[in-house]
Amino acid sequence: MNRVISARLAPVLGLVFSTSVLAQGSVTTNAFNPAMSLILDGRFATFDNDPEAYELPGFMLGGEAGLGAEGFALGHSELVFSANIDDQYYGQFTAAVADHGGETEVELEEAFIQTLGLGGGVTVKAGRFFSGIGYLNEQHLHVWDFADAPLVYRGLFGDQLRDDGVQLRWLAPTDLFIELGAETLRGGRFPAGGAANEGAGAFAGFAKVGGDVGVSHSWRIGLSHWQAEVENREAGGHSHDDAHEESASFTGDSSVTGVDFVWKWAPNGNASERNFKFQAEYFQRDEEGDVTVVAHGTTDAGGYDGTQTGWYAQAVYQFMPRWRVGLRYGALDADNDVDDAHVAAHAGLDSEGHSPERWSAMVDFANSEYSRLRLQYNRDESYEDADNQVVLQYTMSLGAHGAHPF
Amino acid sequence: MKQWIVGSVLGLLALPAQAALNVFACEPEWAALATELGGERVSVYAATTAQQDPHRIEARPSLIARMRQADVLVCTGAELEAGWLPVLLRQSANGRVQSGQPGYFMAAEQVERLEVPAVADRALGDLHMTGNPHVHTDPRRLLQIAGALGERLAVLDAANAAYYRARLEDFRVRWQQAMARWTTQAAVLRGVRVISHHQDWVYLYDWLGLTEVARLEPRPGIPPSAAHLATLTTRLKQQPAAMVLRTPYQDARPAAWLAERTGMKVVVLPYTVGGSPQATDLFALFDETVARLLEAAP
Repeated sequence: MNRVISARLAPVLGLVFSTSVLAQGSVTTNAFNPAMSLILDGRFATFDNDPEAYELPGFMLGGEAGLGAEGFALGHSELVFSANIDDQYYGQFTAAVADHGGETEVELEEAFIQTLGLGGGVTVKAGRFFSGIGYLNEQHLHVWDFADAPLVYRGLFGDQLRDDGVQLRWLAPTDLFIELGAETLRGGRFPAGGAANEGAGAFAGFAKVGGDVGVSHSWRIGLSHWQAEVENREAGGHSHDDAHEESASFTGDSSVTGVDFVWKWAPNGNASERNFKFQAEYFQRDEEGDVTVVAHGTTDAGGYDGTQTGWYAQAVYQFMPRWRVGLRYGALDADNDVDDAHVAAHAGLDSEGHSPERWSAMVDFANSEYSRLRLQYNRDESYEDADNQVVLQYTMSLGAHGAHPF
Repeated sequence: MKQWIVGSVLGLLALPAQAALNVFACEPEWAALATELGGERVSVYAATTAQQDPHRIEARPSLIARMRQADVLVCTGAELEAGWLPVLLRQSANGRVQSGQPGYFMAAEQVERLEVPAVADRALGDLHMTGNPHVHTDPRRLLQIAGALGERLAVLDAANAAYYRARLEDFRVRWQQAMARWTTQAAVLRGVRVISHHQDWVYLYDWLGLTEVARLEPRPGIPPSAAHLATLTTRLKQQPAAMVLRTPYQDARPAAWLAERTGMKVVVLPYTVGGSPQATDLFALFDETVARLLEAAP
């Protein structure tokens, strides 16, 4: 049997080796280095309001939630390494360097391995990765169409949901794209916390269906669910620098359910001249448990039962090569019951009778596939005082040619 | 009755050998070549059309679903599909078509490539470090690729190896006859000065002896700018060229703008199968390419 296989493969292998020699001339150890790319992101921002005063009433902020610095600042500088490990596995590593509260921090954004062909349409991913829920969540922030996350991602996920764990995906053997996925996660990061259940405290599941309509249109729709046992989730995004004096934490059950939709158009499917993209996502979070607030040396606690919803819709149009314009609207709503009004106020769970919303408009120019300049305006009504925000941003990519998901 | 049952069982057992090999072709030229060589023993899916720029394809859900079912992937390689093929490969969960497997066939790797950059610097444009990927515009290279692909199909589907080899032989004979005809017809094109939109036709020029004097893109992958076109206009007034060539998927305006100011003819070549109503297969593609060049020749 072995001989049969080698006899069958011999011509193929011979061909592979002879062409690779033909292509590369000589093979050195460095030829096996992983593909490397470096993303540089810089910005200049102006705000009418103090960005440190930013809040989303009714939402306990965490993760990356916040406006970032006013004036000149760097965004996330990302270093990405990726390669096929062998014939069975692919691996990727992403480190982000960013300033948080005046200090430069290196953050391990992603570090995962993934199977390349287990058979039966199954893919297993393990390590730290962006969860497969929603549409935008899995995409790196440097491929986002706006300089900041939609309000609903900021409010519910602290910009993006990522965690350590294992993901299982199954792709159906049909011409219609049908994909089911499940994740078991550590649950140590916002919006979970505490890594309950001995470090397997969160679970996610998703289903995605997609296809084409004619040659010019394509679409995908998804359903997602995430839930976690939360132990002492600390609230306070990066904008809350007074967290040392005053802290709020949540312990209980949290779940998020959402639906996402994306539709893309390009004349004859040729996106290089003109193309259009519409996307919309809706999420609902339900939480139940206890909130503890430590302020000025005293501790207060209260029962909390809340429902928070949010959605956004955006459209981006490339009207000529290299130039795009985009418009986005997002809104949030919180309905929280907290036993103690003082606890609710200090934890950020008091919606103050306000429903956050924001309009964003952007124009960007990509000199090549590797560089982009963007100007964005936000009319931000996250809290009572409306804010006018302008961001001028560059996003540049050095090194390996990136491949972008749908 | 017993014979009927045995017959059915044998029929079922034989079914996998009869079932067509699923071919996922990244571009229409490879879909056409797989059809020439595989006949009714292959089921070919073309991921893109001649109206689409193969550098810039969305990794659409439909493409992932199709790749999941593929037995063999026939693509150009040489980084032409670098912006989308890796995503499809990783999301397809299909071990048969991953890099290094027999089901992973890259056409450009089968032939000698031109324009291999000596320096890797993106200031020079969107370079393909393993050379210019548009190899199918030279019928001599296409025949070499056909030889490698026919052999690959025979390896992948050993039960039908003789069938693929016979079809390859038949294709080789017909292709060589056609090439002899095209070469004779196009002899007058030798030395004719042309301009191209992108670096699409390097191999065609190599075959027919056309002289490329400039490109509309200032650097590969960077769209033609007004400044660059103005410089070209001045240059062309001193040293004229006969025609400017573009593909059906490229912006028509830069070529038209330059032609209007310099008296050159704009030639839209089909580039690949399906690029014009006449270019229905590989033979018709080159028939029409040569005919259009001859029409515009001085």
